[in-house]
Amino acid sequence: MVKARAADRIFFGLSFGSATLIIVILAAVALFLIIQAVPAIAANWKDTPSLAEGPTAGYDSFWTYVGPLVFGTLFASAIALVIGAPIAIGIALFISHYAPRRVAGVLGYLIDLLAAVPSIVFGLWGIIVIRPLLLPLSGFLNQNFGWIPLFGGQVSTVGSTILAGAVVLAVMILPIISSISREIFLQTPRLNEEAALALGATKWEMIRLAVLPYARSGVVSATLLGLGRALGETMAIALIISPSIIVSLRILTEGENSQTIAANIALNFQIADGLQRQALIGTGLMLFVISLAVNLVARFIVARTAPGASRKSGGKRRPPEGVTLPSATSALESTGRPATDTQHEGARA
Amino acid sequence: MTTSVGSRLRPPQGPITNTLTTGQLPKFIELYVIAGALLIVGGVMALMSAFSVGGWVFLSVVLYLVALGVLSSLAENRRRATDRIVRSLVFIAFLLAVAPLVSTLVTVTVKGIGQLNWAFISTTGGSVFDPDTLAVTVSHGALQAVVGTLEITGIAAVMSVPIGILTAIYLVEYAQAGQWVARTVTFLVDVMTGIPSIVAGLFAFSLFTLIVGPKAFSGFSASVALSVLMIPIVVRSCEEMLRLVPHDLREASFALGVSRFSTITRIVLPTAIAGIITGVMIAIARVIGETAPIFMAASFTDNFNANPFSGPMQTLPVLAYTGYKFPGQDIAASNASAWGAALLLVIIVVILNIIARIIAKAFAPKGAR
Repeated sequence: MVKARAADRIFFGLSFGSATLIIVILAAVALFLIIQAVPAIAANWKDTPSLAEGPTAGYDSFWTYVGPLVFGTLFASAIALVIGAPIAIGIALFISHYAPRRVAGVLGYLIDLLAAVPSIVFGLWGIIVIRPLLLPLSGFLNQNFGWIPLFGGQVSTVGSTILAGAVVLAVMILPIISSISREIFLQTPRLNEEAALALGATKWEMIRLAVLPYARSGVVSATLLGLGRALGETMAIALIISPSIIVSLRILTEGENSQTIAANIALNFQIADGLQRQALIGTGLMLFVISLAVNLVARFIVARTAPGASRKSGGKRRPPEGVTLPSATSALESTGRPATDTQHEGARA
Repeated sequence: MTTSVGSRLRPPQGPITNTLTTGQLPKFIELYVIAGALLIVGGVMALMSAFSVGGWVFLSVVLYLVALGVLSSLAENRRRATDRIVRSLVFIAFLLAVAPLVSTLVTVTVKGIGQLNWAFISTTGGSVFDPDTLAVTVSHGALQAVVGTLEITGIAAVMSVPIGILTAIYLVEYAQAGQWVARTVTFLVDVMTGIPSIVAGLFAFSLFTLIVGPKAFSGFSASVALSVLMIPIVVRSCEEMLRLVPHDLREASFALGVSRFSTITRIVLPTAIAGIITGVMIAIARVIGETAPIFMAASFTDNFNANPFSGPMQTLPVLAYTGYKFPGQDIAASNASAWGAALLLVIIVVILNIIARIIAKAFAPKGAR
């Protein structure tokens, strides 16, 4: 008995220690980035010789260096979101409400496979498939809509544009947005849906009346999580775009592409030295802060408006309202479905 | 609609109209319309000799949507027309997601298959400079990258799997609901899933610069970076799996006087083990393809380096990246190596996913199938 108690205490200590270790790790991430970044942020860039050459040449201060990069990061992610979010929500609707029940699971798995493809592979794919694919479109947009700042400028002939990068980013954020949206669409109270159909609504009207209002906040936060993913994506942008550190709205040009923080670090980190590297770490700190903010806003929206705050109830239809279940624990019992799909979502959420 | 009382009295003349389906377009109208649209647009583009596959598909889809809308609002009504158009749009969205997936896999396979053979996996690649003859010999090979990937990911898994599982056990089995440690940890795990991968790499680099000095590149440092990305994934999936274990089992065990430790190790974990292994597999598959953090923390090299604690280490994703971005003298050969590495990486990821799937299927609780 005594022995069992000792094992008990040790085991509790281990698991409690692991849990607190997570707090320590996250604190360490922030701390070490700050320690490394502060010298570069605080330095006077004009009078520091090592900052006046290499990737950081020609900037007055850290803030004039990081400013355009922050803009480029947000801009590329915004384009990716504009392209990707509607498609992702469409996919989620297709799988949750249109596809035949029997194949819906397989189709969902297919979309989740997109998340399994390494980002470097998407980057290479973007170089040889997306770049040429977009050339006719960018030529057309540039000729006919060149007066819109977005499409203006000297159109690229090889396609290393921010548009191509953003299209690849859009593909990469599809699975995260669509899997979370799908979960939430599936949680729509069955009775609401059937009531709408019984009143003679078409399928789309039912979705508009019953599903979308119910799922709105969830879809918004899914989109924000997708944005968080897009902000940090490095390789697709680094491989595809031919960048310059400027604030430019043009998305079809060769030399006037705004650079993103992550790609800038990836391209320059190995050739930078000492203080320059610290400057790059400083931009990384900015990226950390931005994506943290986006994620926090997303989580906040989920926490505030989630129906029953069932973040991980696992994508099965909830029982009709009025039947209250203790917690997510009941997801398995209530549906009797295998846990594997749930598991999947958990890894992505 | 038009069947009146009179027509019921007299024997019907001509074909009987089915009142349930009148006022509706035929069943497979969508297929007819898309076929028509493809033909028309293709014909027009061929006549104007301005044919391109992308334009053809795009214009056909536009024509299809317009035609379907017009037909449906003429034969049916506006609500039906909207419904049909939305249905088509949703389906198109799905195709738009499948197309890149298929295209990516096909591209990688086609480009990489010629490169991928046993020699590629089993020889060290890179350019070797011979000081006597001044000749540079370039050999293809990814052995150093394969070894690096396996070591770095393996060490990352060894570090993060126990931490992840133990944290999940704490959250599910020990923590009281609403307790501040549990709430903080849950929140921070959420935050950790949002850390950009490159920031994890910068963190590892910063950490090791402070410990070992400026030349901090090492495989172990990359493992630390990957762990930062992997721990939250493992925690999340294990937490989910543990919560699925029915409370009845735990309570039955407690009622028999079994200690908490034994309950967890003998009852809860065996019940959830399939899901936990699946989650770990998927987490590994997820981080094995990470490029940016490894590139930051382990840098890249052509030399064979099997010691994870000192010196730069090559990995498959980084080989794919550097082969394209910083090619050697023989650009075509570098690019080919990049594709070979990418294909190898995809194959590893697919295998890991399949294993995860099989384990999940094979060990799923019997009653839940």
